[in-house]
Amino acid sequence: MSAHAEHHHHEEDFLFKYVFSQDHKMIAKQFLVTGFTMGFIGMLMSTFFRLQLGWPGKSFTVLETFLGDWAPNGVLDPDKYLALVTIHGTIMVFFLLTAGLSGTFSNLLIPLQIGARDMASGFLNMLSYWFFLTSSIIMLYSLGVEGGPASGGWTIYPPLSALPQAIPGSGTGMTLWLVSMSLFIVSSLLGGLNYIVTIINLRTKGMKMTRMPLTIWAFFLTAILGVLSFPVLFSAALLLVFDRSFHTSFYLSDIYIAGEALGYDGGSPILFEHLFWFLGHPEVYIVLLPALGLSSEIISVNARKPIFGYRAMIGSMMAIGFISFIVWGHHMFMSGMNPFLGAVFTFTTLLVAIPSAVKVFNYLTTLFKGNLVFTPQMLFAVGLVSTFISGGLTGIILGDAALDINIHDTYFVVGHFHIVMGLSAIFGMFAGVYHWFPKLFTRMMNNKLGYAHFWITIVCAYGVFLPMHFMGFAGMPRRYYEYSNFPIFDGTLEIGTIISVFAIIAALGQVIFLINFVYSAIWGTKAPKNPWHSNTLEWTTPVEHIHGNWPGEIPEVHRWPYDYSKPGKELDYVPQTVPLEEGELDEGNHH
Amino acid sequence: MGHQTESLDTEKIWGGGESPFGISYGKMMMWFFLISDALTFSGFLVSYGFFRHRFSDIWPVAENVFTHFPFMHGHHPLLYVALMTFILIMSSVTMVLAVEAGHRMKRKSVILWLGLTIIGGLIFVGSQAWEWYHFIHGTAEGALQMADGSIAHMFGDFTLALSDGTSIAAAEAGEYFGHSHIGHHHAHIVGITGEASVHLPQALRAMGNGLALGSEEVQQFILTGDAAKEAIMSGNIIQGANLEMNEYGVPLFADFFFFITGFHGTHVFSGVVINFVIFVNVIMNTYEKRGHYEMVEKVGLYWHFVDLVWVFVFTFFYLV
Repeated sequence: MSAHAEHHHHEEDFLFKYVFSQDHKMIAKQFLVTGFTMGFIGMLMSTFFRLQLGWPGKSFTVLETFLGDWAPNGVLDPDKYLALVTIHGTIMVFFLLTAGLSGTFSNLLIPLQIGARDMASGFLNMLSYWFFLTSSIIMLYSLGVEGGPASGGWTIYPPLSALPQAIPGSGTGMTLWLVSMSLFIVSSLLGGLNYIVTIINLRTKGMKMTRMPLTIWAFFLTAILGVLSFPVLFSAALLLVFDRSFHTSFYLSDIYIAGEALGYDGGSPILFEHLFWFLGHPEVYIVLLPALGLSSEIISVNARKPIFGYRAMIGSMMAIGFISFIVWGHHMFMSGMNPFLGAVFTFTTLLVAIPSAVKVFNYLTTLFKGNLVFTPQMLFAVGLVSTFISGGLTGIILGDAALDINIHDTYFVVGHFHIVMGLSAIFGMFAGVYHWFPKLFTRMMNNKLGYAHFWITIVCAYGVFLPMHFMGFAGMPRRYYEYSNFPIFDGTLEIGTIISVFAIIAALGQVIFLINFVYSAIWGTKAPKNPWHSNTLEWTTPVEHIHGNWPGEIPEVHRWPYDYSKPGKELDYVPQTVPLEEGELDEGNHH
Repeated sequence: MGHQTESLDTEKIWGGGESPFGISYGKMMMWFFLISDALTFSGFLVSYGFFRHRFSDIWPVAENVFTHFPFMHGHHPLLYVALMTFILIMSSVTMVLAVEAGHRMKRKSVILWLGLTIIGGLIFVGSQAWEWYHFIHGTAEGALQMADGSIAHMFGDFTLALSDGTSIAAAEAGEYFGHSHIGHHHAHIVGITGEASVHLPQALRAMGNGLALGSEEVQQFILTGDAAKEAIMSGNIIQGANLEMNEYGVPLFADFFFFITGFHGTHVFSGVVINFVIFVNVIMNTYEKRGHYEMVEKVGLYWHFVDLVWVFVFTFFYLV
């Protein structure tokens, strides 16, 4: 009897430690694993549709093996091509780069780097993960329903999304997409509220706002963007649900299917575009800011130099966050928008270049003459700077209404946002995983595999997305199943094949990461307490996770986190817990 | 000197180790949640504004739509909704008193004022149900919906009001007939002559339902012009409103009415439920044991927010 009770107790322990955990470190790991799982699925999808785009109409046994009746005789079905593109976008933007990225690192680093025992509300934090997991499962489940998953593009514009009878994916698949995303929004809200409140209320003694690492600033601003923009997506989705299910006319007017009038009157799909992009644009920065924060920290640590322009970095992130709310119209230059309004949105959009350039120059200046340590995380962080520049430059072209109109909805756009948002964010996330892996799993990752992963990834990533700009200039529209019916594109078809080759190699490269991740988590060398000689508080905690993070008192903070290679110091780093010496300048806080 | 003291204070308040606003995390979360929720409502209200502006010439005037008052006859434009609004605002006042009593640890007063708040909330939700009921059922006369979806209104027995704002008194109209534009739609104006004493809507309904001309009711009318006849024949009498049609004008008006007041009503209802849970806790002595009534304050924030949103809904939907 007593043995049974003990056993039961043990089981409960396991359940609460690994499954229904309220500990931020465990929740971070849950987000990471779920996010990466979704990410790998999203990546597989892209390889599948790249096979069709690279070799249109060719039969691949692998497609039939994986996709079954989605690819009869090994040729991807056109409807399912649209489904794959849609779900690939949804998964990558929301599940990997929003929840996976923010969820992992905000949860891991906020309490550890500000000196808190845990998040303000462990319970809501746990709920946030469970909403996310449920939403992920529903999104994956929608792949198997009758008619397939949502297929109208990740932006789910009506009428394709509003009329269940429009295309196969507009039925149950679309409904499940909306259910899944509603849960996702709840998850994001619960997480965001926690992050904001924890940062404001639970900083340890001495941790002024201007002594916080830039990672924390990035998570803070990201959470604010999320709390302000996701509710508007929720509005848009709810109106869409009513159009779909209760025959309201918010987004629909004068629609005919097969000559039969559907009786919608007065609505406008343009309204949806406005509501969607009011979220959609800040969403870009919800994805990007955490990556920028992670790379700021990593570049400073690995350049053994203080971050250049600490306050300018904070200011530019704030400016980017603010401006991101007044630029959404640049996604809609082709929607019949008044040219004057287009000019206004062009102006606000181009303003983003200023804080972005501030960030880039600060990165470069931090790197300049630093004692660079080329760990894999450093390579990925520098890779992020590279993609942020090369993707940012094409953003100037797309942000200008007069230029955008020529290349709107072409592969130029696909190339642009994959580089500036997709690659930058995923590079930041990889960098973060390599850097904080010791904190997450108490073991070190393998560097050699890390280098292989980086070089394959960056070469193939550019190999995939740079050529897309040329295809865009040639006028190739995105989201088409095949182009062989248009003789004008004959000359560009080969580019598609090259892109697909790069995409497949890139996907294989990620397997290296997966192996490294799993292997290191189980058999990696034990991590020392502060492997990167870093200043921030998380490295003062014991290697093995304990609930409450610090065994004794929470350490007090006396300086900013970027005292690297400070003149007159014995070591090239001075942790935040070391008190200022007599007459020593409090960097970052003197005016 | 004064400036320096101030900056030192800021330094201390934001210096870590304490809550800079001196409030608990729960209360702060509530504030940020409300900001988030405010943006959801903004999404809806802005969408509403978008369409109202687009259809400003044919958008129904709320004063002509919401004219009922329980147990009273005649037209009482917006009187009922004004009463609802007053009750909701009063429930905010009682909520303030409940929070204030909580600060003083006066359990009995908290019970009283929170109880009154719950009652106020219930009355509001009930009133909204009543108003929905009347909006759904519409007027006795209904309106004539043409085959093209445009709507002609009838007031009393004599007047055929068109949704472009003009109206024709049937008695005066004589043999009036012709074509006109109603809103964005090309519509037929129905020509009618006949004795004023006959109940026009009934006749129209009879015809709308496809009864043969020549039956007793209809004989009183002489329809002139084939186009007019056709329009009436193919038209339908509609009464009230739902998500697909609306006797008062554009269906979008009804769509937004149900959606926005419904979304707000859901908030009020959930507020009532939350208030009730807290009310039970107060009775169970939970907060006496805890030593503070902060939960009352938190639900109070939510309740005030819901009231504030109603002020905007009321202003944009009913007043302007």
